[in-house]
Amino acid sequence: MTDFSRLGVAAIRDGVANGEFKAVEVAEALNTRVAAAKALNAFIVETPEMAVAAAQAVDADRAAGKPLGKMAGVPIGMKDLFCTEGVQTTAASHMLEGFVPTYESTVSANLWKAGAGMLGKLNLDQFAMGSSNETSYFGNVISPWRRNDGGNAALAPGGSSGGSSSAIAARLCPAATGTDTGGSIRQPAAFVGISGIKPTYGRCSRWGVVAFASSLDQAGPMARDVRDCAIMLEAMAGFDPKDSTSLDLPVPAWEAALNSDLKGKRIGIPREYRLDGIDEDIAKMWDNGIAWLKDAGAEIVDISLPHTKYALPAYYIIAPAEASSNLARYDGVRFGLRDLPEGAGLQDMYAATRAAGFGEEVRRRIMIGTYVLSAGFYDAYYTQAQKVRALIARDFENAWASCDLILAPTAPSAAFGLGEKNADPLSMYLNDVFAVPASLAGLPAMSVPGGLDKQGLPMGLQIIGKALDEQAVLNAGLAIEQRSGFTAEAGEWW
Amino acid sequence: MSIDKDTVNKIARLSRIAISDAEADKMVGELNGILAWVEQLGEVDVTGVEPMTAVIPNKLRLRDDVVTDGDVRDKVLANAPAKEGSFFGVPKVIE
Repeated sequence: MTDFSRLGVAAIRDGVANGEFKAVEVAEALNTRVAAAKALNAFIVETPEMAVAAAQAVDADRAAGKPLGKMAGVPIGMKDLFCTEGVQTTAASHMLEGFVPTYESTVSANLWKAGAGMLGKLNLDQFAMGSSNETSYFGNVISPWRRNDGGNAALAPGGSSGGSSSAIAARLCPAATGTDTGGSIRQPAAFVGISGIKPTYGRCSRWGVVAFASSLDQAGPMARDVRDCAIMLEAMAGFDPKDSTSLDLPVPAWEAALNSDLKGKRIGIPREYRLDGIDEDIAKMWDNGIAWLKDAGAEIVDISLPHTKYALPAYYIIAPAEASSNLARYDGVRFGLRDLPEGAGLQDMYAATRAAGFGEEVRRRIMIGTYVLSAGFYDAYYTQAQKVRALIARDFENAWASCDLILAPTAPSAAFGLGEKNADPLSMYLNDVFAVPASLAGLPAMSVPGGLDKQGLPMGLQIIGKALDEQAVLNAGLAIEQRSGFTAEAGEWW
Repeated sequence: MSIDKDTVNKIARLSRIAISDAEADKMVGELNGILAWVEQLGEVDVTGVEPMTAVIPNKLRLRDDVVTDGDVRDKVLANAPAKEGSFFGVPKVIE
């Protein structure tokens, strides 16, 4: 009997289309795995009946000889940042606990239209703010991975898409949606040894996605290989008149055009990413990645992205500023939590509701954002950060004169333990040092597994491409995947 | 630029987030740590650089001036924490 948990998106889609098995069998097998993996805390809500219903519809379509969609019969996890009609959507916050949208996000609607089914809503950092999935109101997500020291310290699955990464690595689902504001797809993918791509800003509609920082937020797929990411990105992407920043461009056939022959491609290695004191396992993985791409026919060139060190501080002004504005909507009036102390007026209700509904990190970022936008400080902080952001984007523009893609580590280390970086918000922020520049510039960027460190934990290689050139990013990811020999997976302890 | 507890309380008020005295004390250190770190942006020479407004060049579209939405009152009210009839309920604001 087929172990459906071992099949990826392409294998399930093809198996269903060829009649090797029924979509319902896959959905039921994965529903069982999801239900048995509570120890990971990857799901906030499980929706087994929706997975089965979608599968039945696909099986019926196939029986009737109707054409099947790109994701037909593939059950997936949905990050709980995407509004799903009739299913609680919380952004992992107390503020939205019990919020049941009356509409469907464009990205999730696209996926259902393509024949995917929903296993459940995946846990995440609260309002997608975090790099370890420790800020969720619904508890930490645990990575399925453990260090090879014989201990069983709980490790971070990365964040903010930590439920997505944990569930895919634990083979509860072949793929899941993620969103990436400053690395929230790539860093969790790297931490658990899977792949994930943040497309060019504007490829995937933001409509119906709980907003964090609108100029940075971008949805993308996470899966166990590059092909599966390509398939799912095709299903998710596309022009949406309901998002003013949606790009009115056709969705390329990324899967069909996958090609790991990189002859003629120039790969830039940014010297500023080789930080003093870089983890030696990470440095070695990066060197391996360079050798793999060379082997695939690419030419390696040294490049400079001089403003790299300013990307994180710029991000931690811009993202909180946008968050403080976006999260102003949580007022206790229209939806979400209301905390109305005895005898309180409207202003007190706002303040009480927001104190009770937002977790510590969310409150911290709203306050930082409010401060940098406040009268007298706006130019010194916000305008300056947006100017530096323009320079960071210009760095990439200049780099494209001498290269087609950029290769770097995804994160400065493998996964850390839960609780290890909580004492100081800054040490957590620094984990996104390699991921944030591409976010600030809106560029497509992908993480693929690059190997294991000396603790036996996965590390990720990041490929950054030119705007709209997801194809080259995916192709380079495929070239690495074919050479890295990465087959490690987490032992099933849960 | 370092901020004091009064400033933290002012930011909290502007943010419409109630904070206790102890939280405000804790926030002074945290926010100062973050702000001291982001202040390194001041070193960057931005002479002649326009602040970024759109990360990917994209023209704002105009659509036809027709109604494409609406008539969904019950949906809009469905998640209201305290709806009153067909309205959002709020505490009394006018004496």
